[in-house]
Amino acid sequence: MNKIRALVVDDNMVNQTMHHRLLENLGIENQVVKNGKEAVDVHYSGKYFDLILMDMDMPIMNGIEATKTLRAMGIRCMIAGVSTRSLDQEKQEFIEAGLDDYQEKPLTKAKLVSILHKINHTT
Amino acid sequence: MEVGQMQRSLVDYTKSLFLEGVLDGQFLQLQQLQDETNPDFVAEVVSLFFEDSQRLLNDLTRTLDQPNVDFKIVDAHVHQLKGSSSSIGAQRVKNSCIAFRNSCEAQNIEGCMRCLQQVKQEYFLAKNKLETLFRLEQQIVAAGGSIPIMELSF
Repeated sequence: MNKIRALVVDDNMVNQTMHHRLLENLGIENQVVKNGKEAVDVHYSGKYFDLILMDMDMPIMNGIEATKTLRAMGIRCMIAGVSTRSLDQEKQEFIEAGLDDYQEKPLTKAKLVSILHKINHTT
Repeated sequence: MEVGQMQRSLVDYTKSLFLEGVLDGQFLQLQQLQDETNPDFVAEVVSLFFEDSQRLLNDLTRTLDQPNVDFKIVDAHVHQLKGSSSSIGAQRVKNSCIAFRNSCEAQNIEGCMRCLQQVKQEYFLAKNKLETLFRLEQQIVAAGGSIPIMELSF
């Protein structure tokens, strides 16, 4: 099986550390950036990822804008929204930006495995 | 105190934190990410949480002290604190943030002030309890023992 590469996009250092370690624990090579603009810039630099874990509320560029921008750039990888937002309306706007999956924080190993399962099923 | 007794004290103390609602199952997720390659993972993440929370509480105090309170900024800080407390399993801190966000939405300044006091109280309680937990673990390791694995079966 090809090694999966992931990008963690979150402005909160606790969440960055947790998500990085959760992925690492599953053998997934990953990089961490702190807002949507950095997520877009890392793609402009030529890097490619199989999975993006995208937080919604971030300064400079939030998850909704970052997802729309990445999709407009032609990025087709799995983008999973990960947020503490629980209202349907808030989630819907995020999903409609171009997400493939949405998980409510806190992220757990089980939630991450369910996201990864979807990557395996679509490749 | 012999190692077995220290280990039993640790288990009982940890159980009490779950029963009091200070911690929830997410803390066990955190512990499961600690291994030989990352032996201090829990302490590192919890330290980050302490630093992050202190900064946010200071920012909240300052923001609520302004003559014209910007509730959007207050809400953004509380949202951050809710997120990080939820990630480490600090349940009572998280729940107090939920109540705080309701006061922000209502633009209720007195409600926000009360909620800030409540969040500070819950945060300092969680901080003290977690620091005690880590001290107990360090005592066991210093005495040559290992940290017992917790399961939520109580």
